[in-house]
Amino acid sequence: MMGFGLMALVRRSLRQHLLSTVVTVVSVGLAAGLTMSVFAINHQTYEAFTGGSPGFDAVLGARGSQLQLVLNTVFHLETSPGNIPWSMYKQIAANPRVLVAIPYAVGDNYKGYRIVGTTPDIFTKFQYRAGRYFGVEAGGRFFETSDAHEAVLGNYVASKLGVRVGDTITPYHGLQYSESQKHNDQFKVVGILKQTNSPSDRVVWIPIEGIYRMSGHVLRGTGQVYRPEEGQDIPEESKEVSAVMLKFKSASTGFILDQQINRQGKVATLAWPIAKVMAELFDRIGWVNRILAMVAYLVVVVAAGSILASIYNTMNERRREFAILRALGARRGTVFSTIVLESTTITFLGALVGYLIYGAIFTTAYYIVRAQTGVVLDALKLDPALWLTPIAMVALGALSGLVPAFKAYRTDVASNLTPIS
Amino acid sequence: MSYLLEITGLVKSFTAPDGERTTIVDVPSFVLAPEEHVAIRGASGSGKTTFLNLIAGILQPDRGRIVLDGHEVLALSESARDRLRARTLGYVFQNFNLLQGYTALENVLLGMMFGPGIDLKHAKHLLDRVGLSDRLAYKPSQLSIGQQQRVAVARALANRPKLVLADEPTGNLDQHHANDALVLIREVCRENRAALLLVSHDPSVLALFTRQEDLARLNRAAAAHAAAPAGASR
Repeated sequence: MMGFGLMALVRRSLRQHLLSTVVTVVSVGLAAGLTMSVFAINHQTYEAFTGGSPGFDAVLGARGSQLQLVLNTVFHLETSPGNIPWSMYKQIAANPRVLVAIPYAVGDNYKGYRIVGTTPDIFTKFQYRAGRYFGVEAGGRFFETSDAHEAVLGNYVASKLGVRVGDTITPYHGLQYSESQKHNDQFKVVGILKQTNSPSDRVVWIPIEGIYRMSGHVLRGTGQVYRPEEGQDIPEESKEVSAVMLKFKSASTGFILDQQINRQGKVATLAWPIAKVMAELFDRIGWVNRILAMVAYLVVVVAAGSILASIYNTMNERRREFAILRALGARRGTVFSTIVLESTTITFLGALVGYLIYGAIFTTAYYIVRAQTGVVLDALKLDPALWLTPIAMVALGALSGLVPAFKAYRTDVASNLTPIS
Repeated sequence: MSYLLEITGLVKSFTAPDGERTTIVDVPSFVLAPEEHVAIRGASGSGKTTFLNLIAGILQPDRGRIVLDGHEVLALSESARDRLRARTLGYVFQNFNLLQGYTALENVLLGMMFGPGIDLKHAKHLLDRVGLSDRLAYKPSQLSIGQQQRVAVARALANRPKLVLADEPTGNLDQHHANDALVLIREVCRENRAALLLVSHDPSVLALFTRQEDLARLNRAAAAHAAAPAGASR
């Protein structure tokens, strides 16, 4: 009974109209949760995809779309725009302005997960996050170039497919898994990478030589078809790569190479900077986010309307209550405040429910985005939407309470204290 | 002599649905001393509730003067009148006007909420005094009519008022319970040094009071309507 005050009146009213209160709180919660999800997940996805891979500044690939190149190599999505000759890799790797150059050869999968042929540099020179290099789970190791038929699996692939060190895997041709596209080659799993929470978790890494020598593969580095033979070195001029992942010594290198490759050259594309390329993608699909935001705003408006309606509908039955309170000495302002406090409380409770709904939506999005892209959304990141939305909702709730509050404010005391004699 | 309540030239009229203006209260003069107990006799429709509501500041008169505990009521702002009502007046309504969703104790506490403040001990004491110490957590719907009336009495005295207005407080009780209730109201008012202004049409109730006033005489409007062939309900 301690603390008997306006809040007690509000609590009692909410309890007396429990069904209406619950429905309104849930509708506010849905609105808050949806709005927080739309903005927070959008921001996080944008940051996750445009934050780029700090290990690389640019991607060199076949002439074509920079976006396709980035999606294919950094996020392991989309198809490769084509190949470039090995010589181009050697040339750019020898550029004194280039710190790291790692070739990628793609075009195969293992049960739907991309196989990337590359060099061991990927394990020692590539930082998947600032200062973080790939590591292997206990009992494993990175592949060695001396054996083209070794494989290192990303953590997500291994856990999803239940593959362990010592197992053998058989690649499938193409980027889509199709049983009919099975290669004859077998690769021995020598290591499972530690979880990186990056797209690399969804990749099967093998030596680039393994891609070249895979059954059915041909090389066209010279323009002529070359079929690698067992025990025979592959001539460098026949080799091709899908892309070269680049890390520059300085930012100015990007400008210089952009000029040389994209503006003056005609055979290759330099996707640089990676974050800008991805930002352009988000700009292109920005209308989707705007529509989602509009839907969220509309849901918020509907929720605000439901608060107004639910409280307003109780006004008639509560007129006597207000009249009694006024007769006991409650001021008009007190009655007014009680209603505004009630609508504010409903939205506050709704905002709390909103966090639960946001948590559910975020968790779902987390698993979907991770499964589809390998990108991991940060559940602990405090997006401004997570505090702005509840504050805005509570303010809107208070506003919604103004109309019924005004009605309560105008309650005539004497005529509602029946009977008159 | 200083009065707790002084009324001069108090007039209140209402506009009927047919547009006719009807005067309900026209009291030239009325005074009440501190701690005095007065019963006003008034038949149904004589304007007694309106008269009490005017004193309580729930209704605004057309004209007149009400001085309550030294305050010129009509000169006060609405919120000041509310404050004065909460601190100076207790009101026992004919229908008790208890809040149905609240327990007996909470109803008394509600009476305190807008006055000097919540005093749980005093609230419990009052309910104990009216014989409801074992019904603190009961809601009005769980109480008998007589018990509800006692809650209303306890609530009216919650803020240690100087004046208790009682509008047909025994109107819903049988004779036996009505007498008991009235004795209780008077005792509790006396213990709390509160004046009591009670209106009733019941002669047995009125007989208990030394000072009795007849509203038909006090209220010129009631007298006029009594003389008229038909009167408006008020």
